[in-house]
Amino acid sequence: MDFAVSDERRLLGDSLTRLLSEKCAFETRTAMAYAAPWHSPHLWDALAELGLFHAFLSDDHGGVGGSGFDIMTIFEPLGHALCPEPLLGQLMGLQLLAAAGADCDAALNGTTRLALAVDEAGSAWELDRISTRAEQQGMSWTLTGRKSMIYGGPAATDIFVAAGIEDQIGLFHIDSAAGARHDIGLIDGGGASEMLLDATPARLLLHNAADAIENALDWGRLALAAEALGAMTAAFDLLIDLLKTRQQFGRPIGQFQALQHRVVDLKVEMEQVRSITIAAAAAMGTREQSRTVAQMKALIGQTAHLIAQETIQMQGGIAMTWEYPASHYAKRLTMIDHQLGDSAFHLARLTASGGPG
Amino acid sequence: MDLGFSPDEAAFQAEVRTFIAENLPAELSDKVRRGATLAKEDYDTWHSILAARGWLAGGWPRAFGGQSWSTVKAHIFEEETALAFAPRIVPFGVKMLGPVLIKFGNAAQHQHYLPRILDGSDWWCQGYSEPGAGSDLASLKTRAERDGADYVVNGQKTWTTLGQFANRIFCLVRTSTQGKPQEGISFLLIDLDTPGIDMRPIQLIEGGHEVNEVFFSDVRVPVESLVGVENQGWTIAKYLLGHERTNLAMTGLSGAALNRLKGLAHEMRRGGRPLAEDPHFSRELAVVEAELVALRISNLRMLAGGGAPMAEAAMLKIKGTTIRQKISALSRQALGAAAAAIPPENFSDNLRLVPDGSEHEAAAYFNTRKVSIYGGSNEIQRNILAKGLFG
Repeated sequence: MDFAVSDERRLLGDSLTRLLSEKCAFETRTAMAYAAPWHSPHLWDALAELGLFHAFLSDDHGGVGGSGFDIMTIFEPLGHALCPEPLLGQLMGLQLLAAAGADCDAALNGTTRLALAVDEAGSAWELDRISTRAEQQGMSWTLTGRKSMIYGGPAATDIFVAAGIEDQIGLFHIDSAAGARHDIGLIDGGGASEMLLDATPARLLLHNAADAIENALDWGRLALAAEALGAMTAAFDLLIDLLKTRQQFGRPIGQFQALQHRVVDLKVEMEQVRSITIAAAAAMGTREQSRTVAQMKALIGQTAHLIAQETIQMQGGIAMTWEYPASHYAKRLTMIDHQLGDSAFHLARLTASGGPG
Repeated sequence: MDLGFSPDEAAFQAEVRTFIAENLPAELSDKVRRGATLAKEDYDTWHSILAARGWLAGGWPRAFGGQSWSTVKAHIFEEETALAFAPRIVPFGVKMLGPVLIKFGNAAQHQHYLPRILDGSDWWCQGYSEPGAGSDLASLKTRAERDGADYVVNGQKTWTTLGQFANRIFCLVRTSTQGKPQEGISFLLIDLDTPGIDMRPIQLIEGGHEVNEVFFSDVRVPVESLVGVENQGWTIAKYLLGHERTNLAMTGLSGAALNRLKGLAHEMRRGGRPLAEDPHFSRELAVVEAELVALRISNLRMLAGGGAPMAEAAMLKIKGTTIRQKISALSRQALGAAAAAIPPENFSDNLRLVPDGSEHEAAAYFNTRKVSIYGGSNEIQRNILAKGLFG
């Protein structure tokens, strides 16, 4: 039993934290996070140079990492800095390229940016409810349907689309400019796309892709949980600082037991979700993967909401303002639950017969 | 990162499982599984089975009859025995007084008392709390005044768990009123046969007799019964708080209770289907199951760090007790109206109200309210954590 972070990972995490403090400081971040294309080529290139994307895959696929703990190491600092760069899509896209046996080099080097189009209004990450259809004409394919909430879509060079082929789900590649891509900003920063596909030409990557897509979504969920851990830690530290300094009734408000016990409850829950994220990171690639990831995402969602609501309430009016970072952490923590299936979605998966329970 | 046990630890886990399979009497585990009240003989039986293997006090140093178990091995032992529904080891002698004597006692006390804990000659109980000293333990008032070769003890202790089975009690007593309250407390060993001691049962919420109150009037205790030096009692009590803290999270007990609850949820029916398929109930069950997975990792993280600093211990206690209470509440809920029934002993099988073995769920639920109160209430644990955060 060993819960220590390896030296290599510690080094990567520290370098990433340093880089983000230079290139993604709060005001830079806010500017980037709320203006198209929700992406800075300068920051992206710096992240690629650090070798971040290589840590997404194992050496079988040209990477240098590929373990759940690599993903935790990378996404926790990203969450701490509220980095809006579209790394979630890059991670899930690389998993799919690897599953398809395709060349991963361009994405590993960061010269391509990947986004995953699975969600549809009304399907909520349920692959068996996807209504976008693929049609084959000779050697070529076209896609028709609407894809929703494509995270990182505005900055993507390549988009992977899940679409039905008869009773299976296939995975297709489309050029990001193809089809009518409509970009939107998100309330917690960053960008996504809606796509209206109408006989849009596509290239088939994987014919029977349901398992590979589920697997990629699980990796994305792990990344989101780690991101939430980073954001929670930052939000919590802001809270402690404020409670120690803000004076009311002649003393720092952190001296009031009514607030102290609520703060402690946040701390206890944060340690719990760190533990379940560690459990999920260790379960990646094992038979326990989907079940543990569902448990993790369910708990992360609940705790992220708790931290968001309580840090606003206990800090008071200041946390309602745009200029104070706590408000942005609260938004990110709240909306993380909505990504790749919320708490209720994953609890339903756990309780469904034949589900990951 | 490696969440697995080392080969040595894994081998130990297998050894514990085999030992339990071969040595835990079925009638004992059946009683524990049902939540039935255990008699003194039940505890004594299990203690002597463990003592014969050298595992009753595995955490003690070898020189004193233990196995010098690491915290991880102690955890494995506790988890495996709980999952197998073994009786718990009564902690007062083995886990509380033993380590205190080993650390603070003199050679004569080692030679006299430690073997008697291991062979079951002595059953110890704990005299800490008083009616006016619960969370604020340092305000305790039971006095011990020097008179020749004796201390003369007057006062009252309460919440004395299983005192009805005990022949001895270790007490925190006031030997000085000078300075801070913590500075005038001593740790005293008292034979319960001494004249002037009156132990009375306290009936608990579910009707059971688990705890007692103990009255001391002019009880003469030889000064050799002092542990450590006079007025060192608070230091000893704090040492005990930081010792043997591997079982705070109670993951074994909660795991066993959760397994039972899942069985129950498949057996009970609601709305024409198993309760396990009821969306609301199954959701609650899934949450607590995930929380227990997380707690288990939290516990292992703490163990891998070599023990429980106060802050981690406080977190495990808060979360461990909350989860245990949630499982207990769901188990009560699962039984529906029949949860309230107290079936007479002679009820025949065709009159059975609840699944076999679930007769005590409601009683256990009420009894389990204690876990967030005892051992430093969860509010005190929050104060400890807040002190770390706010100074």
